[in-house]
Amino acid sequence: MMSDNLPGRPLVGTLAIAFVVLLLVIDTVQSAPINPFAAPPPVALGSGEAPEGAHCTQP
Amino acid sequence: MPTRAGLILMALVLVVGTFAMTGPRAALLMVVGLGFGLVLEGLRFGFAGPWRVLVTERDSRGLIAQFLAIGLTAIIAFPLLAAFPEELGGAHAPVGIAMIGGAFVFGIMMQLVMGCGSGTLVNAGSGNLIALVALAGFIGGSFLGSLHRNWWTELGSLRVYTLQGLFGDNAGLFVTILLLIVIAALALWRSAPGKRIPPARLWWAAALIAVLAVLNLVIAGQPWGVVYGLGLWGAKLAQAGGMDVAATAFWSLPTHAERLNQSLLTDVTSLTNIGLMAGAFLVMRWRRAPDAQVAPISAASWGVVLIAGVLMGYSARIAFGCNVGAFFSGISTGSVHGWAWFIAAFAGSALGLKLRPKLLRPAPVAGRMVSA
Repeated sequence: MMSDNLPGRPLVGTLAIAFVVLLLVIDTVQSAPINPFAAPPPVALGSGEAPEGAHCTQP
Repeated sequence: MPTRAGLILMALVLVVGTFAMTGPRAALLMVVGLGFGLVLEGLRFGFAGPWRVLVTERDSRGLIAQFLAIGLTAIIAFPLLAAFPEELGGAHAPVGIAMIGGAFVFGIMMQLVMGCGSGTLVNAGSGNLIALVALAGFIGGSFLGSLHRNWWTELGSLRVYTLQGLFGDNAGLFVTILLLIVIAALALWRSAPGKRIPPARLWWAAALIAVLAVLNLVIAGQPWGVVYGLGLWGAKLAQAGGMDVAATAFWSLPTHAERLNQSLLTDVTSLTNIGLMAGAFLVMRWRRAPDAQVAPISAASWGVVLIAGVLMGYSARIAFGCNVGAFFSGISTGSVHGWAWFIAAFAGSALGLKLRPKLLRPAPVAGRMVSA
């Protein structure tokens, strides 16, 4: 559905998803390869490990 | 147009692909992110919209649903954090001058772009053009904010206070629930008749959001967040553009340097952010007739949206979070900064509502106002 000359939601939503895909491609090129053998336990609770992720409340 | 079976297949490919590349935890977090997107877009649960209608229409139904989701999450998160302090962490940050100012500015901006942190991702994924433009600014602003955050924080801040730390685990939860009830009661008292009790859709949404937020905490070891991932996306793009991001004060800290060096598919908030956008996209395509695009706005107003997105990302970074990381996750895990964020952002939101008709103008030809 169009609103005057603005692109419709399906096209804009697809562009948003395409941006994420492009970002992941760029990231793959410049980041260290993922080591599947170093993957953390499936669930943090009960793992015995401290959380290692980053959060916006961290210093 | 993809069939509904095709949309389900897309979701499965996303989850299975994440599992194959990164492992089970990343796949589970992608599922959680997808769940957030499906619930937020499918059941139309938001943050900025309810704050707007509370002021403009004395409609408290959305805010009550938000408080219900936060309260339900807190009831489970507080005992979990107390029982497993080595494995789980809360969204705890210090109250400070820049934190309060950042929340105030964020409140203004989220009414200009008609979406908060999660709302911008959901709206962009569901094809809202204003949100997509704002998201570009949000990513840039979050990254810029990370570069300056230490300077802002040094303007003055308290140490980190939590309600558990001040009152004890059980009493901290009691105070949290009591505060939510008191503010909800105030909102109900001030609301117009017929605009007090949330519809069934929002009760379900609140319960599901709480379940997903607890799952996020249990799986990742940390609460639901949005802004960190967007700042990291900006850092990755800046790095790709040739900037030595790793040499900056913020991104040279061990935790952030690790995230900068590793794949986005190993970053908790990036995974849930991607899932959230994908979930909103799937809901939009699932509908037989997608919602109408936003009404056209003037060229200058598009510039306002972009700048507002930048300021929203910047302010969220120096405020230690947005409506998700600070307001939702902060309050539901006992951080005093979550309450300070709520008060400051709500005040900013009220100002943003006054600025919105002055700064966002309809396109000259269309001659219509923007709808939220």
